[in-house]
Amino acid sequence: MLQDKDRIFTNLYGMHSPGLEAAKQRGAWHLTREMLAMGPDWICDQIKASGLRGRGGAGFPTGLKWTFMPKEVRDRPHYLVVNADESEPGTCKDREILRHDPHLLIEGCMVASRAMRAHKCYVYIRGEYINERHALEKAVKEAYEAKLIGKDNVNGWDFDLYVHHGAGAYICGEETALLESLEGKKGQPRLKPPFPANAGLYGCPTTVNNVESIAVAPTILRRGAQWFAGFGRPNNSGTKLFCISGHVNRPCNVEEEMSITFRDLIETHCGGIRGGWDNLKAVIPGGSSVPMVPAEQIMDAYMDFDTLRDLKSGLGTAAVIVMDKQTDLIRAIARLAYFYKHESCGQCTPCREGTGWMWRVLERMVRGEAEHDEIDTLLDVTKQVEGHTICALGDAAAWPIQGLIRHFRHEIEDRITQYRLPRAMVQGAVVTAAE
Amino acid sequence: MALRRFDLEAGGDSFSFKPETEDKIAFWRGKYPADKQRSAVIPLLWLAQKDNNGWLSEPAMREVADRLEMPYIRVYEVATFYTMFRLQPVGKFHIQLCGTTPCQLRGAEGLKEVCTREIGKQMYVTDDKRLSWEEVECLGACVNAPMVQINDDYYEDLTPESLAQIIGRLKNGVDITPGPQIDRVNSAPEGGAKTLTDAALFDGSRNAIKTLPNLPEPAGEATAEATGRPDAGAPTNVKREEPTAGKATLIDTTSKPDATKDGMSAPKDKKD
Repeated sequence: MLQDKDRIFTNLYGMHSPGLEAAKQRGAWHLTREMLAMGPDWICDQIKASGLRGRGGAGFPTGLKWTFMPKEVRDRPHYLVVNADESEPGTCKDREILRHDPHLLIEGCMVASRAMRAHKCYVYIRGEYINERHALEKAVKEAYEAKLIGKDNVNGWDFDLYVHHGAGAYICGEETALLESLEGKKGQPRLKPPFPANAGLYGCPTTVNNVESIAVAPTILRRGAQWFAGFGRPNNSGTKLFCISGHVNRPCNVEEEMSITFRDLIETHCGGIRGGWDNLKAVIPGGSSVPMVPAEQIMDAYMDFDTLRDLKSGLGTAAVIVMDKQTDLIRAIARLAYFYKHESCGQCTPCREGTGWMWRVLERMVRGEAEHDEIDTLLDVTKQVEGHTICALGDAAAWPIQGLIRHFRHEIEDRITQYRLPRAMVQGAVVTAAE
Repeated sequence: MALRRFDLEAGGDSFSFKPETEDKIAFWRGKYPADKQRSAVIPLLWLAQKDNNGWLSEPAMREVADRLEMPYIRVYEVATFYTMFRLQPVGKFHIQLCGTTPCQLRGAEGLKEVCTREIGKQMYVTDDKRLSWEEVECLGACVNAPMVQINDDYYEDLTPESLAQIIGRLKNGVDITPGPQIDRVNSAPEGGAKTLTDAALFDGSRNAIKTLPNLPEPAGEATAEATGRPDAGAPTNVKREEPTAGKATLIDTTSKPDATKDGMSAPKDKKD
């Protein structure tokens, strides 16, 4: 178990004030000027050496991403955009940073901006986080008043931070959709290339990072890359905020070491599985977009990028959704399918039409009102959607369903059979023959 | 995708921002470059919705378009795309009930029944114009599931009983308290947090370090170039091994001998 002294988000639960003085007392804004003075190359090298991988789901190395920005500022200004559009079902970690540790985020924005030679940063908060937005605005105001940010600030790098908000569209968590939304348009993802590092916000070089990736950066620089790299297995370094929801005895957010085992995580922080470990059925380990993993495979697995990838799932945002044996998995996934249908932006046909189709078929499968060979048809459609859209929402809609069929196909089959038994006579001999 | 249209009848012919909103409009417009004022469209539509009893009418949409000198169709696109813009009237207290899987697993469907029983079907506004409800997608408070958002505030860790009580209070004009509705602080586990209890986190001792580690002196540079593996003895934590064939041994973190009590500066001192 991670020790308190190694936790970065020390006010995760809001037990203490989020204000500037308290934040400084907890270590924020310490030696910031010295970090900025070291310049972009040193900052990027440190973040690279720390092994920090993006906390928004994809797990791309953060330090490397920062180096994609042009090496000098020409006619177009550089922008940092922070993705606080946290909408992935199961995920609620950035919310805690925004409302309880906003100064870590603001400081992180400044350090990251220095690393990519940006003087302006926008934080895009999801529209529903109204109180969280006010909390961040308040912290930004404090930072301006203390001259920590702004023109001619004490840290020696001109830096402006603006808080922006969305209005309830999951797709705006996709980086180019977020930029479109920030420009005042519908949040429909852009074709890449050009990548945002070349043409992002207002056509200028832009990097979009998750809140957690940005907020951990100053602490990494203060305590040393090797400190951060010392947690977790190689290639999966650091500490991570886990959000554990669903059928555990005490759901909670917690900062833990990467590569903690699932069993440790649940036993230490969540009081075990509801009904005991024998009652565990399946786990969605990284937010709704990753396929589920059945109990026997996840129980002692390491919670990190590589292990979960090998289990044909992913760490995603580390939003762990636990499902016990009383769960109707088909219904749970059907609800996710509805989510993706609702949130598809409508730009690409496979996603716009496919998400609705998959949801309707799954709703029938929940009742068992389907043909057995429709399971294969459904699987086939998920493959048609996956990889054939501009952004990853198509993949995200397909994967949970593929996970369901991969591990619990027999449940769907049983449901169909159960539905048909009393109706066999009505539907004809073909049905009974199929059994 | 959801098909959404303005309620033209209820929207009337005119809309104007409240005088006290003008400052907020200026605040938002000030955030964007002068030639990129269109960026302010979502915040301005949101302010318009606030000034229009919680829903966005077609004249309000036009007002925002005129202010930002945008074509109406561009603002129309935005207003119909984002689901937080409600295009038909809602009650004074509008309940948004999260129905996505993490909440569903913990009983959101029971909450839906409560709303239907106490208020009516979705988007129905009660006769006294006080209440309405709708099911929305994940609101991002999953460890506090199931939950609802009423106007600006989150009400978390609900049961059908506690939600019914909240709705009863709203009907009678009694104040309600946002946040978790059980014995719990924010997203800490029920019954109190077991982590973040070390007093040294909050007494300023984190600021004890005087210089940054890994400054580009000869020794520091070498570690910065390393591949992320700690050199022997530097950090207090222990790097995990690659999984072996046996795998799944619980990582022994409890019996670590290096649980130094002297806090933050320990790794740095050793390093220097």
